[in-house]
Amino acid sequence: MAPRTSPEVGGMGHAIKRKEDPRFIRGQGRYVDDIQLPGMLYLDIVRSPFAHARIKTIDAGRALKVPGVLAVITGETLAKYNLHWMPTLMSDMQMVLPTEKVMYQAQEVAGVIATDRYAAADGVDAVEVDYEPLPVVVDPFKALEPGAPVLRTDKKDKTDNRIFHWEVGDKAATDRAFAGADVVVTQDMHLPRIHVASIETCGCVADFDRVTGRLTVYMTTQAPHAIRTVVALVAGHVGLSEEKIRIVAPDIGGGFGGKVPVYPGYVIAIAASVVVGKPVKWIEDRMENLQADSFARDYHIRAELAAGKDGRMTALRIKTVADHGYADAAANPSKFPAGLFSICTGSYDFGQAFAEVDGVYTNKPPGGIAYRCSFRVTEAAHTIERMVDVLAHQLGMDPADLRLKNFVPPDKFPYRSVLGWEYDSGNYPAALKKAMEKIGYAALRKEQAEKRARGELMGIGISSFTEIVGAGPSKHFDILGIKMFDSCEIRVHPTGKATARFGTKSQGQGHETTYAQIVAEELGIPAAHVEVEEGDTDTAPYGLGTYASRSTPTAGAAGAVAARKIRDKAKKIAAHLLEVGEEDLVWEPGKFSVKGAPQKAKTIQEIALAAYTNHPQGLEAGLEAVHYYDPPNLTFPFGSYICVVDIDRGTGEVKIRRFVAVDDCGNIINPMIVEGQIHGGLTMGLAPALYEEISYDEHGNIRGGSFMDYLLPTAMETPQWELDKTVTPSPHHPLGAKGVGESATVGAPPAIVNAVVDALAHLGVRHLDIPITPEKVWTILREKGVAE
Amino acid sequence: MATHTIRVTVNGTAHDAEVESRLLLVHFLRDRLRLTGTHIGCDTTHCGACTVLVDGEPAKSCTLLAVQADGAEVLTVEGLEKDGALHPVQEGFWQEHGLQCGYCTPGMMITGYALLARNQNPTEPEIRHAISGNLCRCTGYVNIVKSIQYAAARLR
Repeated sequence: MAPRTSPEVGGMGHAIKRKEDPRFIRGQGRYVDDIQLPGMLYLDIVRSPFAHARIKTIDAGRALKVPGVLAVITGETLAKYNLHWMPTLMSDMQMVLPTEKVMYQAQEVAGVIATDRYAAADGVDAVEVDYEPLPVVVDPFKALEPGAPVLRTDKKDKTDNRIFHWEVGDKAATDRAFAGADVVVTQDMHLPRIHVASIETCGCVADFDRVTGRLTVYMTTQAPHAIRTVVALVAGHVGLSEEKIRIVAPDIGGGFGGKVPVYPGYVIAIAASVVVGKPVKWIEDRMENLQADSFARDYHIRAELAAGKDGRMTALRIKTVADHGYADAAANPSKFPAGLFSICTGSYDFGQAFAEVDGVYTNKPPGGIAYRCSFRVTEAAHTIERMVDVLAHQLGMDPADLRLKNFVPPDKFPYRSVLGWEYDSGNYPAALKKAMEKIGYAALRKEQAEKRARGELMGIGISSFTEIVGAGPSKHFDILGIKMFDSCEIRVHPTGKATARFGTKSQGQGHETTYAQIVAEELGIPAAHVEVEEGDTDTAPYGLGTYASRSTPTAGAAGAVAARKIRDKAKKIAAHLLEVGEEDLVWEPGKFSVKGAPQKAKTIQEIALAAYTNHPQGLEAGLEAVHYYDPPNLTFPFGSYICVVDIDRGTGEVKIRRFVAVDDCGNIINPMIVEGQIHGGLTMGLAPALYEEISYDEHGNIRGGSFMDYLLPTAMETPQWELDKTVTPSPHHPLGAKGVGESATVGAPPAIVNAVVDALAHLGVRHLDIPITPEKVWTILREKGVAE
Repeated sequence: MATHTIRVTVNGTAHDAEVESRLLLVHFLRDRLRLTGTHIGCDTTHCGACTVLVDGEPAKSCTLLAVQADGAEVLTVEGLEKDGALHPVQEGFWQEHGLQCGYCTPGMMITGYALLARNQNPTEPEIRHAISGNLCRCTGYVNIVKSIQYAAARLR
């Protein structure tokens, strides 16, 4: 679709250069750790070496003698203010600082306040804590066994380690479908703990002004408004009232879901600032970030798929154990303890499905957040895309043919899935066929057969995923009761320039550009003249923030609707200026003209000036609008990915030779930014597929707690991604857009796993858990007698 | 804690300073000189967000002591722009969408700058190898490679 606006205006479809970049390429971004306030103190944190232990004593005596150390804050200190516990976003409770027990390795035990960061670190080393180790529960299945130590002794009536049992679908009907099926395949899989590991870690500067009673917190948060409300609710009793709390999310160095939760460090810094009356900075280091901040995934899944002999898939049944660690600190909408896992029927037209998830406590850090995905969609997509390949293998069918046979047909949209979602739009065969054509699927299968005959290991993997993003409609979606709308306020100034503020917060997604283009599209004001602001709760309208690919579906839509409200008012002013009726005016981007007399026109800039200098009597002056957008439905981006791998028989290394990604995110606002989002998403799909895992030994000691062991893909491992697209607009979004930031992270891992399994299928391999390390592959090659 | 007097030339300006033995170069640059463009992303020399040039060689300033830079010439991201004109590496990152959150960008650009100083016509594998000590979580590296290629073409 050709852009409607000129390149100078830069509305939808223009690949304009990013407006935020001039400061970043000069090193002039303003991240939290760049903020230095007069008299600022530093917080560093003492952490537990044990995964489960009783705290006998905390002795701060030696620490308080360290030059520069001013105070040591413990759970007892916070208990005086009743701030030693805080709610998670899932309405569970977690400690800020412990008074009795630690529940995971690296848990916060005490905070040291000092005059500089080196002194604070010295103080941490000098705090002496005496622990009495307790039995550790690491395995979530053992945690569910009768007689397992009950971990949450703080919960009065808790007699086991189950957090929740959640189920969806018609179990009896699904069981009947399985009983009558020609073929049933079953597969266990584990999606291990991983960490978003944004290159900027988490931190804050809390600045409490004793005179005004105002608290300003500069913090790494993806959801500043929600944080303000949470602080007011949690600390209202110590005098922090919401109108006196200002949360500022400055430039954020990557979020990916890891900067949605509230971590104890933020709360300790706020408490310290309130008590001391000075600004307090807390910046975690990388090991703290990996070891204690919310993790993602950790789903132990058993999936079963029923089908006819002809490959027609009929029913899906999934049972999952979700290891949440010490507390359910996921960041899901309240009504969805397992997030949007019920999108697990994926791109396929199932007659029956049933899924259940049990959440479990263990002695690991709390979490269950997303890793660049929309609330457990990655887990769902991985499950179904693996199961389709398992079935293809069982039936001896080509996995592409099996997918084409079972896709929701394009003419069935809007499509009601058996688990209750209404998919807004889609054309799954088109995306898969495009990917097959681009990669040369038939020729690759021929090459694979020839290589296999020579003993070489090559595999081709497909993933045809469906995303579910843009949470969400207020009927179902809230976080701690706050509905998941999002917002935009636009002010058009007398000289025809505009300021647009949003309730979301970019962490690299390019909102300052994309949102400006939305306003440009709707009002014809050049994107260069639209200043976008987010992240300051004193100025931006209330919104739920940026995660789960929700910014374009919610706040972007709010921007379009707010701009249309302004256009409606502009039309009244234009009619007044041109002395015609509103019905005689036609709009083209940037101006209203009189029907049949196009030379009689008023530009949006002329109208803006008139709104302040010559507005019609009876109409309010000014040209502003605000809109809180409550989406009528979620959006369902989709795509088909094909990956080609070669396996080194000497080392077991998986080499990605090619990766074709065909994405459909509806109408595109900035093609350059969309492409960049997909590149990044694919790389964060590659990461858990082949490299990243955080695991624990039987004592609850973390393995993978630094970049020594937790391997992020570098430019060497990352292949040259080959992108293409189809465009199926969302029928309900004002711009037809769907959101794109996470599609690739969701879709990529199963394509890679399917390719590796495909390379080894003739050896009898049917499944591999991620990450598929060289060691894992080499062990199989050796067992099968094909290692070199 | 012992202190030392050092002289470090940063982006062409000489700075004399009294520093603790243990002060990291990155903290000297960020907290003392307030050149906050150089970032900290890990503590183990893996991520490269803190990369600066020390006497023309890329160095991870989170694992160098400030005293080790005594007498050295340091170039940080703030020194890339000359007389109001962006360096081609900066232009390239903007033009080719080589950055998203911007956090790894200064280190990545300094590494690219150093590569182009010794190799005016790097191949894609050479670029990928050169930046393999700089982690980026946002871009998937594709556009970073293009950004450095853009700069190479501009510099030739």
